[in-house]
Amino acid sequence: MAGDNNDGLPVRTGFLGWLNKRLPVDAFMRDQLTGYYAPKNFNIWYFFGSLALLILVMQLVTGIFLTMHYKVGELTAFDSVEYIMREVPYGWLLRYLHSTGASAFFIVVYLHMFRAMLYGSYKAPRELLWLFGMVIYLALMAEAFMGYVLPWGNMSFWGAQVIVNLFGTVPVIGPGLVEWIRGDYGIADATLNRFFSLHVVAVPLVLLLLVALHLVALRQTGSNNPDGVEIKANKGADGKPIDGIPFHPYYTVKDIVGVGVFLTLFCIVVFFMPTFGGIFLEQPNFEVANPMSTPLHIAPVWYFTPFYAILRAVPDQQLGALAMALSLVCFLLLPWLDRSPVKSTRYRGWMWKSALTLFVIAFIGLGYLGLKPPSDLYTLLARVFSVVYFAFFVLMPIYTKLDPVKPVPTRVTYDHG
Amino acid sequence: MSDHNGAALHGSPGQTDAVDQSRRGFLTFATTATGVLGAAFAAVPFIASWSPSERARALGAPVEVDISKIEPGQMVTLTWRKQAIYVVHRTPDMVSKLPGHDGQLKDPASKASDQPAYATNATRTVRDDLLVVIGNCTHLGCLPKARFEQGQPELGADWPGGFFCPCHGSKFDLAGRVFNGSPASVNLRIPPYSFSNDSTLVIGLDGAAQGAA
Repeated sequence: MAGDNNDGLPVRTGFLGWLNKRLPVDAFMRDQLTGYYAPKNFNIWYFFGSLALLILVMQLVTGIFLTMHYKVGELTAFDSVEYIMREVPYGWLLRYLHSTGASAFFIVVYLHMFRAMLYGSYKAPRELLWLFGMVIYLALMAEAFMGYVLPWGNMSFWGAQVIVNLFGTVPVIGPGLVEWIRGDYGIADATLNRFFSLHVVAVPLVLLLLVALHLVALRQTGSNNPDGVEIKANKGADGKPIDGIPFHPYYTVKDIVGVGVFLTLFCIVVFFMPTFGGIFLEQPNFEVANPMSTPLHIAPVWYFTPFYAILRAVPDQQLGALAMALSLVCFLLLPWLDRSPVKSTRYRGWMWKSALTLFVIAFIGLGYLGLKPPSDLYTLLARVFSVVYFAFFVLMPIYTKLDPVKPVPTRVTYDHG
Repeated sequence: MSDHNGAALHGSPGQTDAVDQSRRGFLTFATTATGVLGAAFAAVPFIASWSPSERARALGAPVEVDISKIEPGQMVTLTWRKQAIYVVHRTPDMVSKLPGHDGQLKDPASKASDQPAYATNATRTVRDDLLVVIGNCTHLGCLPKARFEQGQPELGADWPGGFFCPCHGSKFDLAGRVFNGSPASVNLRIPPYSFSNDSTLVIGLDGAAQGAA
């Protein structure tokens, strides 16, 4: 029990003494922050976890205040968003913080995931940590998709139409499943209403629970680091990892610097380019949903486009939807596909480095193609990138095993000074 | 609760400390199974609440269309169950040209496509002159445009007239059949429909149901 171990706790009298007898405030601080040792060689890639947490809180706060003015319903939703933009004091700011926050969330999460791939953070003993993270990512996709439907613009409507119809490709139960999800024979008021409920209540609760599990699993294994060395294997006489430093104050202070840089960039987007040239908020969504008029080009918001491009690259509709689903499942299997004895890319060979580079090119390439209307050249490119995407995962057990690795040091390094 | 030596604790005479593991195992299993079953039943109302409500069902009732006012070569668009329905009065010339381009179609006999049995024929209709299709493209649900004039330059010199989807370029003929090279893989869907009299089309009601009524 945390409360029974008094090592390193200050002696408290008066109110704090009274409080700590009843609530283990000091012990919690020690166990989670001042006595939680993180590797001392974190670099810039280690900002994104704390930034994701910051954005989660921002989205919850701005979301709560937007809900105070938004009116769900197919006749009221679009107008209430315009009302927020034009008439609610600072309503425009609340909305742009929330919509820009959604894109920022995905930027930060993609970088956070790439960090894990760069340094092998998903490998044993952190498989569950990775799985919780991936489920957070999937829940985030559901949250973002349903949030995009709420303004009931024309892209909201047709985006929902396309995405919900994907479930129609499930064999046998597909058509019934789609009708059940929509609650009507087409995307309708019932659909909007249930997406609102899921977006503001159900999915945020699930996200909070998953984030808690993600953090508990992190505390259990400790952070990985750019060298992929387990710092717990090297403990000093005091029982603390020699290569570790207390999370607080060292990394809390470091993270605040990251927060400062992030908020600067974030605010530039919020104040000067909130639609980000039609990428964060798409142009057709500034007109009301119209079931009788399709926007000329339907593209999802940028964070879904790599998967959308895979969907379109497959000539068969059912197989396309299956490929899209598998492209996400691949990430879940990563800890077991990677057979390398080494975690960090620093000590891996040319095979892994080339594979990871090609994968990043394919992922970004697919993301770009998913935003564009299809043409013969783009479809061909999307097919090439899709093959590279899947080859990265399918061939991983082979090339990670053959890859010539370098010896891993026993201690973390500072080879960049 | 976690102490199973109830007999020893309470000192009841005539009882021993021995635990009947198989009895305990059976009771644990039976209790868990009953709980799971109960939870499954309790989930039914929540899951069922997502199905279309009575109001949505009522609004999804069949709709009637007066077809006597549709001139030959004209199309009217209406909605049924939130979907666009295209009703085209085809001219005899349009109908006679239908078999001419079977070789350019993905599914000329509509074997893989979605339509009622009475529209699974060469013209995909009950009455040759009247095409009834669900307008939403079978690719991703956009609404194809009516392009009935033949030989439009941008659609190809041999364009026989039909529908063109501006979203992703799917092409359909005047029976809603998809051309090769389109991203859509099946023909436009055909809703259930019937005729209550010569000039009234009923969308959403099968001919069979009408016969029974």
